[in-house]
Amino acid sequence: MLRYVLSRFATFLPTFIGVTLISFAFIRVLPGDPIIVMAGERGMSQERYDELVIQFGFDRPVLVQYWEYLTGVLQGDLGTSYVTKRPVWDEFFALFPATLELSICAMIFAVALGLPAGVIAAMNRGKFYDRALMSTALIGYSMPIFWWALLLIIVFSGNLGWTPVSGRIDLLYYFPDTTGFMLIDSLLSGQSGAFTSAVRHLILPTIVLGTIPLAVIARQTRSAMLEVLGEDYIRTARAKGLPPGRINGIHALRNALIPVITVIGLSVGTLLAGAILTETIFSWPGIGKWMVDSIFRRDYPVVQGGLLLIAVMVMVVNLTVDLLYGLINPKIRKR
Amino acid sequence: MSLLRLRNLSVEFATTGGRFRAVDQVDLDVDKGDVLAIVGESGSGKSVSMLALMGLLPWTAKVTADEMVFDGHDLSKMSARARRKIVGKDLAMIFQEPMSSLNPCFTVGFQIREALRIHLGMDRRAAQARALELFELVGIPDPEQRLKAFPHQMSGGMNQRVMIAMAISCSPKLLIADEPTTALDVTIQAQILDLLVRLRDETGMGLVLITHDMGVVAETAQRVSVHYAGQKVEEQPVRPLFRSPHHPYTSALLAALPERATDKRLPTIPGVVPGQFDRPQGCLFSPRCPYADDHCRKVPPAPRGPDLGLARCHYPLNTDERLAS
Amino acid sequence: MDHALSKEVETQVEQRPGRLREFWFYFRENRGAVFGFWIFVAFVIVAATAPWIAPHDPTQQFREFALIPPVWQEGGNWSFPLGTDPLGRDMLSRLLNGARYSFFVGIVVVVVAASGGILLGLLAGFSPKWLDALIMRLMDIILAFPSLLLALVLVAILGPSLTNAMIAIAIVLQPHYVRLTRASVIGELGKDYVTSARVAGAGLWRLMFVTVLPNCLAPIIVQAALSFSTAILDAAALGFLGMGAQPPTPEWGTMLAEAREFILRAWWVVTLPGLAILITVLAINLMGDGLRDALDPKLKRS
Ligand SMILES: Nc1ncnc2c1ncn2[C@@H]1O[C@H](COP(=O)(O)OP(=O)(O)OP(=O)(O)O)[C@@H](O)[C@H]1O
Ligand code: SF4
Ligand SMILES: [Mg+2]
Repeated sequence: MLRYVLSRFATFLPTFIGVTLISFAFIRVLPGDPIIVMAGERGMSQERYDELVIQFGFDRPVLVQYWEYLTGVLQGDLGTSYVTKRPVWDEFFALFPATLELSICAMIFAVALGLPAGVIAAMNRGKFYDRALMSTALIGYSMPIFWWALLLIIVFSGNLGWTPVSGRIDLLYYFPDTTGFMLIDSLLSGQSGAFTSAVRHLILPTIVLGTIPLAVIARQTRSAMLEVLGEDYIRTARAKGLPPGRINGIHALRNALIPVITVIGLSVGTLLAGAILTETIFSWPGIGKWMVDSIFRRDYPVVQGGLLLIAVMVMVVNLTVDLLYGLINPKIRKR
Repeated sequence: MSLLRLRNLSVEFATTGGRFRAVDQVDLDVDKGDVLAIVGESGSGKSVSMLALMGLLPWTAKVTADEMVFDGHDLSKMSARARRKIVGKDLAMIFQEPMSSLNPCFTVGFQIREALRIHLGMDRRAAQARALELFELVGIPDPEQRLKAFPHQMSGGMNQRVMIAMAISCSPKLLIADEPTTALDVTIQAQILDLLVRLRDETGMGLVLITHDMGVVAETAQRVSVHYAGQKVEEQPVRPLFRSPHHPYTSALLAALPERATDKRLPTIPGVVPGQFDRPQGCLFSPRCPYADDHCRKVPPAPRGPDLGLARCHYPLNTDERLAS
Repeated sequence: MDHALSKEVETQVEQRPGRLREFWFYFRENRGAVFGFWIFVAFVIVAATAPWIAPHDPTQQFREFALIPPVWQEGGNWSFPLGTDPLGRDMLSRLLNGARYSFFVGIVVVVVAASGGILLGLLAGFSPKWLDALIMRLMDIILAFPSLLLALVLVAILGPSLTNAMIAIAIVLQPHYVRLTRASVIGELGKDYVTSARVAGAGLWRLMFVTVLPNCLAPIIVQAALSFSTAILDAAALGFLGMGAQPPTPEWGTMLAEAREFILRAWWVVTLPGLAILITVLAINLMGDGLRDALDPKLKRS
């Protein structure tokens, strides 16, 4: 196990360095001079320009610049937004809970439906339920989610009027951020109707964001189950005269979960990317929307910092998944 | 009334190349305390016939039998639920690959207690005590610790002992051992076989031993059933079989056996067991049989009488007239 | 087993259906895959012939006919079978022409990503440890970024256009090919036929491309089908975000973006382009599943 952990970290570090290099390079490969871009329409005097060049350190050797960038990053200094003039780090963590809340809900939605769907399909291999579930899953997997979001809005917000179209909560309610999670904060605020409003705002984004992970989990669970069901130890379990429910639900599922949990973990990364589209469509004030807005506003420090933070986050998630994989797989754990 | 009675057992697999008959009209009887060895080359349907009896074949298999009676129950006419009450309790099986036959995600203790709790309704403590007892019975040292181990933490020999302990946990009336020693080291092989025979002596259960090893057959079995290409081609008690085989296939098997077997594997005969795409029309052994003639190649032979070891052959060997001539 | 026996086994194997026939057999058995295949064929035909079969020029604006519903609805008009968009352009013509862009994106992205990825993967598989590690870490770095985000940022650097979107998507998809190729190369390298080719004095290039590569193709082909659909989806997503094809290009994602504000008034301008994307992607994925099942012997039954 220790060797496994060390080997995971050994690949983590160079990747981390590489990711910082890319985000460092980002501002320097942009077409045009970043300082002029920053000045925007107004332009600036030559003195001011020279001042800024020194302030950003563009006059020094690239290696020194990178070293300062890296040490800055490690201390949480990611630069300042051109637009809001606030530190990128602070902006990120102010918006992150919104994305996290949405991602968690989407993941719960996907796992709660995807796992049973996959197991049921595998148990009914080739029969009606298998076909129906897997066709649905393939449609979900092929779904352009930005269109799916629009469809859901047409039906549930437009025709039925059940769900709101954008934001996290009705403007009616106001309460301070305690945890950053709207579901919890609205409960804490004690205002009647606030929680319901938060839930109703969450439903469509959750479905949209959860659709592809749901399909992936269902498909993976099915194929992992089918693979496991062909193993010798399942034959042994049947030779012991165990009931099918126990064979599928305990002996097979426990083994099938090993690859499925990996897939679930890896789709956390996909979720954060999917959040770009979902958050943009539903005006969900999270980091996905923040990134897209910043790209359009040419707010380069934000794009640079956000890119780095998101990549590091995905890497940390994947590392955790890898370690978790070691933990749930007895073959690695007990070595 | 014998413990196990199989009549006209056939198994067909649906494959992409069409239907494939892996077991063809097999009759078998096993009594209490009997040790029946099933021998035959790879692909002769030994495993499949026993898996069919246990009801462990995949969904692509179609099993038919006139009679499949175990301990007075006709297994082929039972519901799956009723059958599960027997399989694993009175009728148990161990497999060739001990390493992959145990679930890697659970401790061996869990896997052995599970059977006890399901079939005998034991509570945790009783199951644990019985598991300890079984581990001692099959000769696993330090049983308390071993019960907490995962399969991949133990050797193949130990795992096979666990499999045996699990199989005999509910005192089965018949134990089927499908090449229980093939995957193990030579020294371990003898220990496992001794263990099986000892358990048979102590409990009086029937034992079906599928093997490639003629040495094992000679030492442990009482009766031998020789299988070829899905059919049972001959069945005799051990001594007469070695002395006077009636089917040319059996004879070839024995003839190819070196005087002092150093390599204890089943000796090889030129040619190969017919597979799905090259099944001969008449006698299945005719392409490799030194005695084959046109009649053999056209007409499939039916089993002869018990005096001729039920041999499926038009021209059985070692008959009295042949001895005379 | 003795020699005579193994020789006979070989001849027996040869009598079995050939590999391609076997592949076709499995593929044809999968009805969904065949269905997907025919839809894909139709898609390719539409893409190839769109300018001739489309009733109108996709960018021509019939101002007096803006937002006409499809024919089967009240107010429909036979000269615009699927209605018109807010600028009075014919939906059917735009959808048919949109197939060209999607097909083009898919082909270009798959060719670029696959050829680059296969080259790098072969290189990594054959090269000394340090180079292998270097290549794989590079791929890890690319994979650390969520693909759509990376594509978005790349397009932001290169400037929004369909070409740049394709480049960005190809870069993002390529690591998958590298990993896949490297893994199968390493799997093949240990096999006897490679050793015997080595002993026979095959050069490195020959070993790479003639001996080993053909045996690694099965998973790569499946990946190609999957990334074809991913490319279409991602290009549409970029178009939807305004970072892909630019208006008035009748690209499906861009059409959706233009139609967003009419979402509650004119369902067809929103529903139809998305449906076109979904059906195309679904067909390709169906086909990809069929390919995988037919090429992957592990999942075959019996
Ligand atoms: N699930 C299956 N689908 C199709 N054919 C099968 C299946 N299982 C076994 N067979 C075929 O049935 C035949 C008999 O197999 P079986 O495993 O019973 O042989 P065996 O006598 O036990 O050989 P071995 O000594 O190698 O264990 C073989 O030709 C095998 O290919
Ligand atoms: S029937 Fe003929 S071919 Fe078959 S075993 Fe007997 S003698 Fe040989
Ligand atoms: Mg066998």
